[in-house]
Amino acid sequence: MSEGILLFIEQRDGKLNRTSLETLVAVQKIAATTGDTTSAVVLGQGINEVATEIAAKKLAKVYTVEDDKLATYTPDAYVGALKQVIEKLNPRMVAFSHTYRVRDFAPRLTAALGKTFVTDCISFRQDGNDTVFTRQIFQGKINTDVRVQSAPPIFVSFQAGSYRADLAEVGDAPAAVEALAVDLSSVDVRTQTEAPFQEAKQAVDLTQAPLIVAIGRGIKEKDNIKIIEDLAAAMGAEIAASRPICDNEWLPMDRQIGSSGQTVAPKLYLAIGISGAIQHVVGMKNSQTIVAINKDPEAPIFDIADYGIVGDLFDIIPALTAEVKKAKGE
Amino acid sequence: MNIVVCLKQVPKKDSILRIAADQKWIDDRDISYEMSEADAYALEEALRQREKHGSGEVIVLALGPERVRQSIKEALAKGADRAIHLHDDIFNSATDAAGVARALAAALKDEKFDLVFTGLQSDDYGFAQVGLILAETLGLSSATIVMEVQPEGDSVRVKRELESGWFQWVKIPMPALLTIQSGINQLRYATLKGIMAAKKKELKEVKAADLGLTAQALQPAQVIEKAYLPIKSKQTEIIAGKPAEAAAKLVEKLKFDARVL
Repeated sequence: MSEGILLFIEQRDGKLNRTSLETLVAVQKIAATTGDTTSAVVLGQGINEVATEIAAKKLAKVYTVEDDKLATYTPDAYVGALKQVIEKLNPRMVAFSHTYRVRDFAPRLTAALGKTFVTDCISFRQDGNDTVFTRQIFQGKINTDVRVQSAPPIFVSFQAGSYRADLAEVGDAPAAVEALAVDLSSVDVRTQTEAPFQEAKQAVDLTQAPLIVAIGRGIKEKDNIKIIEDLAAAMGAEIAASRPICDNEWLPMDRQIGSSGQTVAPKLYLAIGISGAIQHVVGMKNSQTIVAINKDPEAPIFDIADYGIVGDLFDIIPALTAEVKKAKGE
Repeated sequence: MNIVVCLKQVPKKDSILRIAADQKWIDDRDISYEMSEADAYALEEALRQREKHGSGEVIVLALGPERVRQSIKEALAKGADRAIHLHDDIFNSATDAAGVARALAAALKDEKFDLVFTGLQSDDYGFAQVGLILAETLGLSSATIVMEVQPEGDSVRVKRELESGWFQWVKIPMPALLTIQSGINQLRYATLKGIMAAKKKELKEVKAADLGLTAQALQPAQVIEKAYLPIKSKQTEIIAGKPAEAAAKLVEKLKFDARVL
């Protein structure tokens, strides 16, 4: 009988990935309605500290899996190890954070086990014995409620920022930490890894900017960025961008906000011609005040904006620049 | 160097999406379609690799209804050598990642290839899974969210994107499956010459029965019970008026209500 919920804890160089704590909150909330026992599993080498940190949270057990082949992350070793862990523990549900690493191995794992994987969920609801997951399609424009129709374990991943890590419940006493043995001798690790690196030294640290003016596809051409520069100069704001702008090299990569760029929470985030795809939103949704200017009234960016103007940015931005200058007495 | 590119066709980026009457999907009656963005980059990368290598084939593989032919033809016009279109009502059953991957895997069983490219995720469902399930099914090595591709003998060295501006080079043996990140290269347009040449290229239609697949075998294990517009997490104050009016009102709000200017 499959029982309990198993949470995958992500670590790199012995440091916990904070999104694991967010997913822990999701797991604790599911367990609160179903009565499931909850446990966590950490893979790697030198992971005692991470295991201890997680064991302080409200969990029945923390499993550690150590092996030479797990010292650096590779999809083959992670799939091989987790397959054995899941077969041994036989959980009813396995939960992940939807990180780039999880995206790199978990679909292989679920395929190897012949199971379905509900990815990038933002919430859940319990319906009798079933957990129904909410995931977004069309890059956040539409929500869907998804039901799994296959036998357990159910595999699910949650989007970064869907749950607040600081709401993770702490246990009355630390959870027991148990080393779980796996045999990876027959696992062929095909990936040879090199050390992770950062492209260029980040010239701009947007995380420290109190005011950010960000542009997206709506700007249409590189030459049009001039009007945004004028606005940013008038406001005393930093310029940032969504991914397509940096992909086109209209602005350098270190101006990119979102899952593959910087995560910011300024006093004011002015999103201009940005539709609000999830990959961008995760990098700015905690901004104190969000303003969206977009010609599409249905753009998802308006869902998280405090103020919105629906219209043509090429009319609105010059007017806005003039007003900002006026307000500043220039 | 033979490279298979898996292409998906999705509603155009600027489509106004409405929920269908049955609340299971979008109302697709007035929708126009295009290649999913990351898949377009995957195709471009395949063409560049073949050009660099000087020989080999770029084979396009796509699943979907009649309309998908238009994207396939675009790929052929851009320079792909031939295409396989999985076109059959039975494939409509494949609505989850595993079902699609099962069909694609069956279609590749007798193909000879060194690399398979997919986009890192589609712009509609966004499962981010089809490529890896395909790799697992076919026993291929894999790397995801790839920003640079360097074949080296029997292996391929790729630059993977990690989070928060970090990258990593990894090397995997071929045949390998790579999921390609948008922005890895600059997309080309089809030329008139390319469009003319595409007319003579092979576009093979494959039915489910040709692959020994039934609707039963493609049944999804996860289904959309309900599709709906997101519930707003914030009360957005929409500022109306002519540009100058709206701009003035916004500055006033930011200065006196939000106190951020």
